[in-house]
Amino acid sequence: MSNLQEKIAKLFPEASFEDAGEFRITVPDARLHDLVKTLRDDSELRFDYLVTIVGMDWKTSLGCIYYLMSTRSKQVIAVKVSTDDRDKPMLHSIADLYHIAQFYEREVYDFYGIIFIGNPDMRRLFLNIDWKGYPLRKDYDDNPSLNPVSIENERQSDFTDQWVETASGEVRKNERRIFAPEDFVVNIGPQHPATHGVLRFRTAIDGETIKRIDVYMGYIHRGIEKLCEDLNYPQTLHFMDRMDYFSAHNYHHGLCLCIEKAAGIEAPRRAQVIRVLMDELSRIASHCLFLGTFCMDLGATTMLFYTLRVREQILDIMERTCGARMTFNYDTIGGVMQDLDENFVADVKALLDVIPANIKEYNKLFTGNVITRNRMEGVGVLTNEDAVSYAITGPSGRASGWACDVRKTHPYAIYNELEFDEVIRHEGDSMARFKNRIDEITQSARIIAQLIDNIPEGEIQAKVPKVLKLPVGHWFQLVEGCRGLFGVYIESDGSTKPYRMKLVTPSMPAACVVDHITRGQKIADLITIGGSMDYIVPDMDR
Amino acid sequence: MEVKKITTKSMPYEDWKDNEYIEHLVEELRASGTNVLVGSLDKLINWGRSNSLWPLTFATSCCGIEFVSLGAARFDMARFGWEVARSSPRQADFMMVAGTIVNRMVPVFRRLYDQLAEPKYVIACGSCAISGGPFRKSYHVAKGIEDIVPVDVFCPGCPPRPEAMIYSIMQLSRKVKVEKFFGGVNRQEKRQDFFREHPEQEALYNPVLPDDADRTNK
Repeated sequence: MSNLQEKIAKLFPEASFEDAGEFRITVPDARLHDLVKTLRDDSELRFDYLVTIVGMDWKTSLGCIYYLMSTRSKQVIAVKVSTDDRDKPMLHSIADLYHIAQFYEREVYDFYGIIFIGNPDMRRLFLNIDWKGYPLRKDYDDNPSLNPVSIENERQSDFTDQWVETASGEVRKNERRIFAPEDFVVNIGPQHPATHGVLRFRTAIDGETIKRIDVYMGYIHRGIEKLCEDLNYPQTLHFMDRMDYFSAHNYHHGLCLCIEKAAGIEAPRRAQVIRVLMDELSRIASHCLFLGTFCMDLGATTMLFYTLRVREQILDIMERTCGARMTFNYDTIGGVMQDLDENFVADVKALLDVIPANIKEYNKLFTGNVITRNRMEGVGVLTNEDAVSYAITGPSGRASGWACDVRKTHPYAIYNELEFDEVIRHEGDSMARFKNRIDEITQSARIIAQLIDNIPEGEIQAKVPKVLKLPVGHWFQLVEGCRGLFGVYIESDGSTKPYRMKLVTPSMPAACVVDHITRGQKIADLITIGGSMDYIVPDMDR
Repeated sequence: MEVKKITTKSMPYEDWKDNEYIEHLVEELRASGTNVLVGSLDKLINWGRSNSLWPLTFATSCCGIEFVSLGAARFDMARFGWEVARSSPRQADFMMVAGTIVNRMVPVFRRLYDQLAEPKYVIACGSCAISGGPFRKSYHVAKGIEDIVPVDVFCPGCPPRPEAMIYSIMQLSRKVKVEKFFGGVNRQEKRQDFFREHPEQEALYNPVLPDDADRTNK
């Protein structure tokens, strides 16, 4: 770490450093672009993966925290910039360095009103264009009469703003068309069976070939991050079930770990083992549903009935222990809600017995099928560099040859004691993403098999104060959800409520990359590609 | 012609909840009086309709996944004749509003409702659709769909279990059985009640589609 600090201090004398828990560099806005470029391109550092941009309102100033990860050393660092101007805050964009930054910056603009100079597309991302105010600012006026629920269609625009800085340092606003005037634009969604929820694509096509896609999100944006700021820490947990409802356990695990890290609590070993068991069971259930719905999108409805058989079996196991089929609210700060059901071990063993036969059946029914192969092989190829630049994690990222499994790169709970393989393929097409998920079911089953006979006895809940207050500070925690990296950023001002809670979800990049990988493909392949990215819309919108 | 009490083969009458509501509808039908010919035709049509309610594939969040489970082999809604989930509102009979409806979705949701062919029904499924649920305090969530469209059945839960969804659709099918098709559809009266409570929506009921010039303005 000191190496890195020396190197940066030499190049950027104005930067200041902070090394408590995480390495954080604070720079003035004018030097941000150069610093990030150095961090990304330096042959030793290679911070080529932008994990997220956390927008912040520190009351007196607004700003951003950029989390960068090196795909080589797996190190995570933070870069902080801020501006004192609250009326028209402006920062410099890094959209030319990372593809995903364009969308993350749009999100920050939407929530905080910070304009990014140089971002080619400065529109709101989740809220409609006439929305008044910036909801995540601390002084936001949430009077419903300002932004009423209306059944009138929202205003549409074919134009976007672009702020550019001239050589003399003057900032100008340019208007730019999203589509060329001669483009034929087809609207797909938000109500469309193959978008897996309420996502909208405006698609410019040339005959049957896709020229460009403009993604519209926010049709299920519920403002979870803002809601969390009004709730105390144990209360924030239940929202984790309702973002990516397939990785409810994994997301809970992530938030619990982050709060535990901040409060200095350690969950008992039994609770940790139970959490990992539940995570892996959810992963199997999630991938089963993916296989079913994906094949259904391609026209093979039968597959859904086969894969849901295993999923229902897992949901039964969950229900007996957690008391619900989907929204469990099972992980608590410092442990888990209740002890395992007495038949848990027997039930899980019965499940492990049927999984290999089921996977064999799926492969026989679908994977080798000639229609399947024609529709999936070579469709929607995502290269390794693009996967990193677009921050595509999880099974989809690993299908492009990027080893991004958080369970391996930043092991948490008891994952470093377990034996499992990170499933990596290099083709990067829809077929690789599909096969990766089938293989991950096998790996998850392997993890469960290692643990199921060795669940340690003991407590399931550590001692946690009744009124939980976190010390002043900030924490960032990564876990592996079913669809990829899930991150939680908490900033605390010492009270019982988070000052800012940012949730980094894998589905948002997965939807943003659709434009890139569908260009030049046929419009029928949009369904295959979108399905294979396996995004969950409430997860991207939050 | 005397309208008979609404019964279901597989479930005794006393086990149903909200029987008073159905009885009230039956009373209304009896009071209005119908001749044998038209009444028998009504009965035939209602029998057909109540046993082939086609849902619209409409899901915004978690509840939608339970709806998928409902379609799969274990809960098997095909037993009841509801399995023909249509992706186009013009072919569907009812809308299972499974999930949160947020501000941005409201116009889209309303348009889908308007596109459903008469007679149309709405089930508010899950606490988000009923009241906003856990997101009620949010700046971007509609506090229940009742202010946007008329609702026939409320199905509580977060998300409701598939059994609860089955029960709610069965309740809906009981309501369909007391429909009067010839000589005025009693649902139209219900819509007028809705407009009386929400006068601001009446003007917007017949949506005027924006012409192209409006759509491309900025």
